Amino acid sequence: MVSVKEITGAEGLSRDQLLDLYYKMLLARTVGQRERMLNRMGKGPFAVTGEGHEALQVGTAYPLKPGHDWIVPYYRDIGVALTIGQTPLDLLLAHLSREGDISSGGRNMPSHFSDPRLHIVSGSAPVATHFPHAAGIALASKLRGLDELSVCYTGDGGTSTGDCHEAMNFAGVHKLPVIFVIENNQYAISVHVRKQFAVEDISIRAEGYGFPGVTVDGNDVLAVYAAMKEAVDRARRGDGATLIEGKTYRLVPHTSDDDDRRYRSREEVEEWTGKDPLVRYRNWLKENDVADEAKLDSLHEHAAREVDEATEQAEKAPTPKPESALDHVLIEERLAG
Amino acid sequence: MAEKNMVEAIHDAMFEEMKRDDRIIVMGEDVGEGGVFRATDGFVAEFGEERCMDTPLAESCIVGAAIGASLNGIIPIAEIQFADFSHPAFDQLVSEAARLHYRSNGTWSCPIVVRTPYGSGIHGGPYHSQSIEAFYAHVPGLKVICVASPYDAKGLLKSAIRDPNPVVFLEHKKAYRAFRQEIPDGDYTIPIGQAETKREGSDISLITYGMMTHHSLKAAETLEQEDGTSVEVIDLRTVSPWDKERVLGSVKKTGKALIVYEDNITGGFGAEVAATIAQDAFDYLDGPVTRVASPDVPISPYSGILEEYILPNPEKIAEAIRKLAAY
Repeated sequence: MVSVKEITGAEGLSRDQLLDLYYKMLLARTVGQRERMLNRMGKGPFAVTGEGHEALQVGTAYPLKPGHDWIVPYYRDIGVALTIGQTPLDLLLAHLSREGDISSGGRNMPSHFSDPRLHIVSGSAPVATHFPHAAGIALASKLRGLDELSVCYTGDGGTSTGDCHEAMNFAGVHKLPVIFVIENNQYAISVHVRKQFAVEDISIRAEGYGFPGVTVDGNDVLAVYAAMKEAVDRARRGDGATLIEGKTYRLVPHTSDDDDRRYRSREEVEEWTGKDPLVRYRNWLKENDVADEAKLDSLHEHAAREVDEATEQAEKAPTPKPESALDHVLIEERLAG
Repeated sequence: MAEKNMVEAIHDAMFEEMKRDDRIIVMGEDVGEGGVFRATDGFVAEFGEERCMDTPLAESCIVGAAIGASLNGIIPIAEIQFADFSHPAFDQLVSEAARLHYRSNGTWSCPIVVRTPYGSGIHGGPYHSQSIEAFYAHVPGLKVICVASPYDAKGLLKSAIRDPNPVVFLEHKKAYRAFRQEIPDGDYTIPIGQAETKREGSDISLITYGMMTHHSLKAAETLEQEDGTSVEVIDLRTVSPWDKERVLGSVKKTGKALIVYEDNITGGFGAEVAATIAQDAFDYLDGPVTRVASPDVPISPYSGILEEYILPNPEKIAEAIRKLAAY
């Protein structure tokens, strides 16, 4: 594990970038909390969010080129979507299934991020079926001689699927520019990682596919950024795939329909709340004189305001036309020659 | 014009399309060496290993990676070696390929073709014989084609490759080398969703597809000669979308409908055809809408004797025609 103590500097990031990282994390936290709140108010039928995963999500998305590199996310990746360029409004329109929801037009559940302009690929709910897509996208980049890479995300549970294995094997064989990010929050809903796999670090599987794997402290945004930067450089050089496992913890239930008290002790949740990646990074920023208390508070206020405005706008947006449910089953025209 | 068998026609369709458009690739097990049925014979020499790509033995990944590549400017033709082995890729076809365009509100599309040999009659046993068209015809967002003749195979495969939607292209393996047919020189396509009346008739409409088209035509000849019964044989060629207009038009003309398919009878695609005729041509019917299909046993046993017992054949079809004609 890369520990925060080994990080002497800021991984080459400027002060503005360090604060930008913090702001993206804050925004992800705020959007997640807002979606859960709107759900409890009866405004959105379902919420699945990623509080606790912000360092891992923002840290891995930050070294990428938005709209150039390909993002194949899973349902908890609010921080990834926001870092790549989706807005709180985009996510809240999806949460409330309003017209203008770029991700799905009210068809997919919330947090199923999609935006062709940003190369964020629409996903489904069966876990890890998107892994072969990431490999296929990277294959296309390679065949076309483009310097794009694709990044595929899932949780610890997703690593048990056949598609995860098949895609990593395929990526290894073809030396594809793809990065697999495992957000290991130690639970697949209620199933603990001890029942998911028999190894301590899932990253060791990478060796079996012929590419490097690394486990990082997923609550340390700079350690995550550093690991991702290395993987991105490797992929861009044409040296193939990387598996990055970040160890973290979700600070909230699996979804708005889950009661995590049935399977997680309050003591355990309390312990991890003490390792909150936002608090930890905030402290680091202060200790290293990147920002003072007042500056950081102003960022919190700014994020809250941005999400308030987005909420207001999303709630005013019209609902989709009922008959639009019949649209886009098939494309009628032929492929352009 | 040249005489070709169906594998040669399929080979030529892909070869010509890949020459026309360098975005098209073929991927699957053993395709580099030419494929177990030789559909990609010579492709590596012509197009290189990158455009005729051997994949690991993992069907879900073959289809899943094809989906991914299709999102990024490639037009993949994924070959699944036998339809029976496509089931690991069911999730990719149903949850992903079929729903991608819809679930993204029309912003993503998935122009892939999944080719696979299907069907019985070759001593394939329960795992080299299945008919899988009904699974996929049930799924909105996919197109499903069933071919069993060289001319149709070439024209429809070209249409499938040029179609912007995911297409499941089912090739009846018994028809691969069973007969040859004149194929025109140069490019031609057959529209997806268009049935063909393979034989005109006035007493009974026989609706079928795949290998059963050939069996049905034989039965129709027998009935014409022995009983003077005139049977119209319609080959659907495409089961999703399917040509309801042609089928209903024929049934309204003859007043009798016999549907013949190789798959197990329950929930087979012919059940959909029967339901549509019952609903939309009821006033014209002069006999029960009738189906000939395989009984509900796992298709099909390895032994030729057992297999023959299970499958519809010209004799069983002729018997059903007689019964319906007498009604």
